[in-house]
Amino acid sequence: MRGVQKRFGGVVALNGVTFEVMPGEVHALVGENGAGKSTLMKVLSGAHRSDGGAMELDGRPYEPSGPRDARRRGIAMIYQELTLAPHLSVQQNVMLGRETRTGGRFGVIRSAGMRASVRTALERLGRPDIDPRTPVAELSSGERQLVEIARALVENARVVVLDEPTSSIGRQEVAHLFEVVRRLRDQGVSVVYISHFLEEIQELGDRFTVLRDGRTVGSGMVKETSNSEMVELMLGRRVEQLYPVSSRTPGQPVLELDRLSGRNRPQKATCSLHRGEILGIGGLVGAGRSELIRTIFGLDPIQSGRIRFASITGSELVEVSRTTPGRSLRRGVGLLPEDRKQEGLALRLPIAINTTLSRLTEGRGLGRIGFLKRSALERSTDIMRDRLRISSTGPWQDTGSLSGGNQQKVALARLLHHECDVLLLDEPTRGVDVGSKAQIYGLLDELASGGTAIIAVCSYIPELLGLCDRVAVMHRGILGSPRPVAEWTEQSILEAALVAEGSGVVA
Amino acid sequence: MSAASNQVETISAPREARRGARAVIQLLSPFIGLAVVVIIFSILAPDSFLTTRNIEKVAVQTVVIGLGAIGMTFVIISGGIDLSIGSVIALACTVTGWSLDKGASTPVAILCGAGAGVACGLVNGLAVTLLRIAPFIVTLGMLGIARGLAKGISGQQPIRVDPEASSWFSSDWLLDRDWFITAPAVWFMIGIAFLGGFVLRNTAFGVYTVAIGSNEQTARLCGVPVRTMKVLIYVLCGLFAGLAGVVLFGRLGLGDPTAANGMELTIIAAVVIGGASLTGGEGRILGTIIGVFMLALLETGCNLYGAANYVQEILIGLIIVIAVSIDSLRHRRSTN
Repeated sequence: MRGVQKRFGGVVALNGVTFEVMPGEVHALVGENGAGKSTLMKVLSGAHRSDGGAMELDGRPYEPSGPRDARRRGIAMIYQELTLAPHLSVQQNVMLGRETRTGGRFGVIRSAGMRASVRTALERLGRPDIDPRTPVAELSSGERQLVEIARALVENARVVVLDEPTSSIGRQEVAHLFEVVRRLRDQGVSVVYISHFLEEIQELGDRFTVLRDGRTVGSGMVKETSNSEMVELMLGRRVEQLYPVSSRTPGQPVLELDRLSGRNRPQKATCSLHRGEILGIGGLVGAGRSELIRTIFGLDPIQSGRIRFASITGSELVEVSRTTPGRSLRRGVGLLPEDRKQEGLALRLPIAINTTLSRLTEGRGLGRIGFLKRSALERSTDIMRDRLRISSTGPWQDTGSLSGGNQQKVALARLLHHECDVLLLDEPTRGVDVGSKAQIYGLLDELASGGTAIIAVCSYIPELLGLCDRVAVMHRGILGSPRPVAEWTEQSILEAALVAEGSGVVA
Repeated sequence: MSAASNQVETISAPREARRGARAVIQLLSPFIGLAVVVIIFSILAPDSFLTTRNIEKVAVQTVVIGLGAIGMTFVIISGGIDLSIGSVIALACTVTGWSLDKGASTPVAILCGAGAGVACGLVNGLAVTLLRIAPFIVTLGMLGIARGLAKGISGQQPIRVDPEASSWFSSDWLLDRDWFITAPAVWFMIGIAFLGGFVLRNTAFGVYTVAIGSNEQTARLCGVPVRTMKVLIYVLCGLFAGLAGVVLFGRLGLGDPTAANGMELTIIAAVVIGGASLTGGEGRILGTIIGVFMLALLETGCNLYGAANYVQEILIGLIIVIAVSIDSLRHRRSTN
C-alpha cells in the first residue's frame, strides 16, 4: 500500500500511509488510539474505499470492491468483536456461504465433506480436539477466535489481519494464539498483527510499521528496535495550550476505594479522591477504566472490596453498601458515560428534559400533584444553557440536532443541575471540537476549584497532563497508584499503559 | 506439549458431559411439558381423554395449526415474525371454496388456495426486504389486507360449495380418521414436518435461515444472499399457510372468510413453546410440533373436563409465559 489516503467528510483519517507486508512474515502495526490503524485495515479488507494512493497484491493492482471481494482475493480480517453466528456449529460457521462448493445437489449439505475440510483447518491451527459439530456458543472466546481464523484458512487467505487479538481472550489462550500465529507464518501466510502491547510485538513480530496521525512515521525490524524507540515514534506531538492554569488545593478525602473488584475489571483498585481535585485515569481502551468508574457508580456489580464515601463536607468516610445508580445520584455522585449517544442522552428528547431528567421528581421541576412545570424546567435549563454556553435555539430543541460538543455540554449540564459533589467522567471530550473542549476544560477547572471532586478517564495523554492534579494509569484491569501530575511525562504515561508496572522499560 | 494436551483434555471432558446433559434436557423439555398435560388430563377425565378416538380427533385438529406453525418456525428462526398467518389461512380457505364454486377442478382449487398463500408471503417478504419495514408492521398490515380480501371475495358470506364439486374434500377421506391409522391430512403434516426438519438441518437454506437469525451481519459478510433468503422464508410460510387453508376448507366444508380468527397467536405460541427464540437463531421443527400438540391436547382436555372457555385461555397464557421463562433461565445459565 502506497500513499493511501482516506477522508471522512472534513476529517482526514489517513494521509499518505505506506505499508508493506512480505509473504510469511508477522508484521506488527502500532500507533496510538486514533492513529489510523483500524481505518487502514478497513481499507485493506475492503470495508472502506481509499480516496488516494495505490494498493498492490502480488505485484498487481488491488482495489477491492467490498469485504467479499477482499476475502476472495485472500485477505481476511479478524475483528476485535468476533463475527460468528453463535447458534450455528463450528463447521457451519466456517463453511457459511461456501456450502454449495463442497458438493451435494439441491442445496443439501454433505456434512462429512465439510467436516473433513474444517478438521484440516483446525489441525493446521493445532487444535484438532475441537469437534466441528460443537455449537459456537459453547466455545471460549479464544476458541471462537480460532474458528474465525479457520474460516480464513478454508478461504485460502494469504494475508490474515488480527486486530487487537489478545484484548478479548484469557492469558493461557494468548500463549496458544501466539503458537497459531507462528504456525501460520511458517506455512507462508502473512499476518498483520495490530496491538498496543509492546511485549507482544517484541515476542511475535518480524517487522513493524508505526502510524501517527494517519501517516507512516517509521518501520523496521522488531529485533533491531527497542520499546522506547517505538514509543518515541508513536508520540511526537506537543501539548497544546488548551488547559486552564489555576492552582487548586485539594481538601478532605471524599471517596476511597479499597481493593475494589468488578466481575472482570477492575481488579483490586485502591485509591482515594479528595475534594477539589481532578484525578485522571490513563490507560488503553479496554484496560478497565470505564468499568472502574461504572463500578463506583453502581452500573457494574461489585465483586469484592469496599467503597467509602463522605456525604457531607468534612464528615467521616462511611462504607457504602449496595451501590445502584439511583443511590449514587442521591449521594451526589454523577457519571458521564463514555457513549453519550447510546447511554448518556435521550437524543430524541429536548434539552430541557435531558438536563433535568435525574432530578425531575424532586424540587423545582415538579408542580403540585406530580405535573411538570414547564416554566420551572425552562428556567433551570436556561441557567445551564448560559453557564455552559450551549448554542441552541431554546430549551425545547431536540438534543439530537445539536453538534457533538453541545450534546456533551447537555450531558454535563445534567450533572451540574443535579449539583453533584463527585463527578465520574468517561472521556469528557470525546468527539468534541476544540472550542468546546477548551470550554469543558474551563468548566471542570471551575468546578474543582469550587470543591467538586472529579475522576476523569482520558485516552489522550496531553489531556491528562493538562487537566488533572493527579494521574493513575490502568493496565489490564489493574489500577496503578496515583501520582501528582508533575511526576508524569507523556512518555511515562504511555509506557505505564503499554507495559505492566514493574516489568521495566527504560525510558 | 504433553502438558498442553493434558490441559485441553481436562477442559473439554466436563464440557463434553455438560453439553451432553444440556442437549438431552433441551431435547426432552418440550416432551416433559407434553407429558405433564397428558397426565393431568388423564387424571381429570380418565374415561375420555386417553382414548384413541380422542387422540385421533386431536391429531386431525392439529393439521391446520401444525402446517402454519412449520412455516412460522422458519420465519421466527430467521429473526422475523408473521402476524398475518391466521388471515392468510382464512383467505386460502375462502379462495379454495370460491374457485370450486366457479367450477374449478379439485387440483386447480388446491393450487389457487396455496397460490393465495404464496402471494401473501411474497408481498410480506418483498415489503420486509425492499421497503425495509419491520416484519411486525408489514405482517400486521397483511393481517388486515388478507382478511379483507377474503371477505371481499366471498361477499362477506361463507361460500357454500356444491357438494358434487367439493366431493374430494367432503368425501371425508382427507380427514378420515381410519384411513391408515390416522387421516391422510395428518400424514401429510407429519411428512411436511420431517421435510421441514431435514431442510432446516441439512441444507444450505436451513443453515442460512439460522445464520440470518443468529447474526445477520456475519451472514452478509459470508456471502449469504440475505434478502433473497428472507423473501423465500416468507414465501415458504405463505405456502404452508395456503396449504393449511386448503385443509381448513376440507374440515369446514365451506369457504369461511371469518375462520382462523386469532390463529396467528396460537401458532406463534406453539412455535415459542417448542423452544424457538423470538430474537432468532433458535428453534426446531420437532419442538414446534410438540407445542402444537400440547395446545391442542389442552384445548380438548379442557372441553372433556367441562372447564369453561376462559379457564382454557388463562391456562394457555400461563403456559406460554412459563415455557418462555424456562427458556430464558436456561440461556442465562449457559451464558454465565
